[in-house]
Amino acid sequence: MKKIIILLFTFFVVSSHANALIKVDITRGNLDPLPIAVSPLHVEKTSENLENLDIKKLGINISSIIEKNFKSTGLFNPLKREAFVQKPDIAHLKPRFEDWRLIKAQALVTGKLSVKNNKLKVEFRLWDLTASKEMIALSFTTTPTNWRRVAHIISDKIYERLTGEEGYFDTRIIYVAESGPKNQRVKKLAIMDQDGAKTKYLTLGNELVLTPRFNPSNQMVTYLSYFRNLPRVYLLDIETGKQEVVGNFPGMTFAPRFSPDGKKIIMSFAKDGNSDIFTMDLETRKVERITEHSSIDTSPSYSPDGKYICFNSDRSGLQQIYVMKSDGSNVKRITFGNGIYGTPVWSPRGDLIAFTKVRKGKFYIGVMRSDGTGERLLTENFYQEAPSWSPNGRVLVFYRETKSGAQGKGFSAKLWSIDITGYNERKIKTETDASDPSWSSLLSK
Amino acid sequence: MKFNKNLRNIFLILFATLALSACSTAKKSQTSGDVYTGSDTVEYLASGVKDRVFFATNKSSLTSASRETLRKQATYLRKNKKLNVTVEGHADERGTREFNLALGERRANAVKDYLMTYGISGKRISVISYGKERPVNSESTPLAWSQNRRSVTVKVK
Repeated sequence: MKKIIILLFTFFVVSSHANALIKVDITRGNLDPLPIAVSPLHVEKTSENLENLDIKKLGINISSIIEKNFKSTGLFNPLKREAFVQKPDIAHLKPRFEDWRLIKAQALVTGKLSVKNNKLKVEFRLWDLTASKEMIALSFTTTPTNWRRVAHIISDKIYERLTGEEGYFDTRIIYVAESGPKNQRVKKLAIMDQDGAKTKYLTLGNELVLTPRFNPSNQMVTYLSYFRNLPRVYLLDIETGKQEVVGNFPGMTFAPRFSPDGKKIIMSFAKDGNSDIFTMDLETRKVERITEHSSIDTSPSYSPDGKYICFNSDRSGLQQIYVMKSDGSNVKRITFGNGIYGTPVWSPRGDLIAFTKVRKGKFYIGVMRSDGTGERLLTENFYQEAPSWSPNGRVLVFYRETKSGAQGKGFSAKLWSIDITGYNERKIKTETDASDPSWSSLLSK
Repeated sequence: MKFNKNLRNIFLILFATLALSACSTAKKSQTSGDVYTGSDTVEYLASGVKDRVFFATNKSSLTSASRETLRKQATYLRKNKKLNVTVEGHADERGTREFNLALGERRANAVKDYLMTYGISGKRISVISYGKERPVNSESTPLAWSQNRRSVTVKVK
C-alpha cells in the first residue's frame, strides 16, 4: 500500500474584510443558487516546468475543480468562462466590478500561482461583486503534487465564507468497490477524494470486505473482513497499510464504528445466534459489553459528545432505532412510525440521526431528531441504505442498488449523495460499482 | 354500446380467472407463507439428505419441513462420525447489510441448535453468516428472495 504523503500547508492570511452583503443560506433547499465566477488562476511566467505536471494548465485545472465542487453543492451556479471579461492576472489585482456584474455574477474568485524550487505557491481572493469588496484573500505553499488539495481547500474557504458553515471538499470517502456477478461479488476496500478523483484500492479482493468506517480524528479505518473465512472487525492504518484484528472474540464481530475521540471501536459481537454491542479501547485493549439482550442489537453509532449511542434492535419484534447512554443504561426506543428502521448514524453536529427506513417494499433515507421526532424522508428507492454524514452535517452519502432480472441482469450498486434539505440528489462517479461509503473528516483541520 | 360493455365484462372475467389461477399455482408449488417450499436450488449432502432449509422474512424459526430436513441431516451426521459441517446463514437483499449479518447468524444457529438436540456435538458444527452477500438466486423477485433466506449445511473438507 502506498504511503499517503503527509501534507504541510502554510497558510497566510493576506487580508480580510468583514461585512459582505452576499450570504448563502444552506438551511433550506436552495432554489436560487448564487451565480459565481471562478476566474482561472493566473500562472506566473517565471514558473518552473515539472515532469508529469503541466504547470501552464494548472491554473485552469484548479479553477475547474473549484467550479465542480461549487456546482455539486447545489448552492452555487458557476458561470461559463467564455463570458468572462477580464484577464485572470488583472482581475486578481483589482476586478472591474461593474463588468463582472454585467454577466450577472455576484461573487468572483481570482488567483495566481507559481512554482519555484519545487514548491507550489497559490494565492486566491474572493470578491463580493454586489458590495464591490474583497471578502477573503489567502495564500498557500505546498508541494506541486498537492494541487488538487489546494483546489479543495480554496473551495472550503470560500464555502465557509459564504455560508458560515464549515466546508467538506478537502475530504475523502472510503467505500467498497464491487465487481463480478451478483452471487459472487468481488469486494475491495477503496478510497477516493470526495469528488471521485484519485481512487486507490486498499485490498486485493481475495476476501469479502464490508462496511469500512473512518476514524473521525485520524486516517485510521475500521471494517469487516472475511479473512480466512472468519468474519471479524479489523483496524487499518491507511498511511502505513498495517492492519490487525480488533479484539479476540470467539465469533463474528461486525458493524464497527469509532467513538468520536477515535479511541474506541464500538461493534456487534454475535454468539450463539445473538448479537450484542461491545466496545474495545484501542489503547488498553479493554473490552466492554454495552447491551445484553436476547434480540439482535447492531449498527451502533455514538453521539458526537460520546455520551449516547444510537443502535438498531429488533427487541420489540421488528427492527427499530434505540438510544441509550454510552454505558448501556437508559435504553429508549425512538422510532414508532410505520415500517422498519435500520442503520442509525448520529450527525457530527449532534442534532440529527440519519437512518434507513423500509416500508411497503420501498427503501428510504431519512433524518430525525435524536429523540425520534421530526422524521423527514429524503429519498425513496427500490433499495438504498447506509447513510454517512459529511463532516459539516449537511450532506449524506449512501449507496443504492438497482432491481435485477434473471441471473442478476441489470444489477448495479452506486454511491449517491443528498442534502439534508432533501434537495440536490447526485450520483457520485466511481470507477467500479460501489457501496458502504464513509466520509472522512476535513483533512486540513 | 351495450355489446361493447358485455364484451368488456367478458374480458374482465376472463382476465381475472387467468390471473387468479396463475397466482394460486405459483403459490402452491413454490412458497408457503413466504417460506420457500420448492426444490430448485436445493442440493444434497447424501441421497435424500437436503443441504438447506428456508426461512420467512426476518424470521429464524424452523418450519416442520425444515425440521424434517434437519433430522435427516442429523441421522447422516450420526452415521458419519468423522464428518464436520459448517452451517451458513443467509438473508435476502431486502434488509440492511448489518442487520442481515446478524439475521444470518441467528438462522445458522437455529439450525445448529436443532442438530444438537439430535445428539450432534456442537464441536462438529461451525456457523458463519453471509448476510445478503451470497444470494443463490440473483433475481429481484419474491421467489428469489425466498430461495435466498436459507441456511446451508456444508461438509468441511
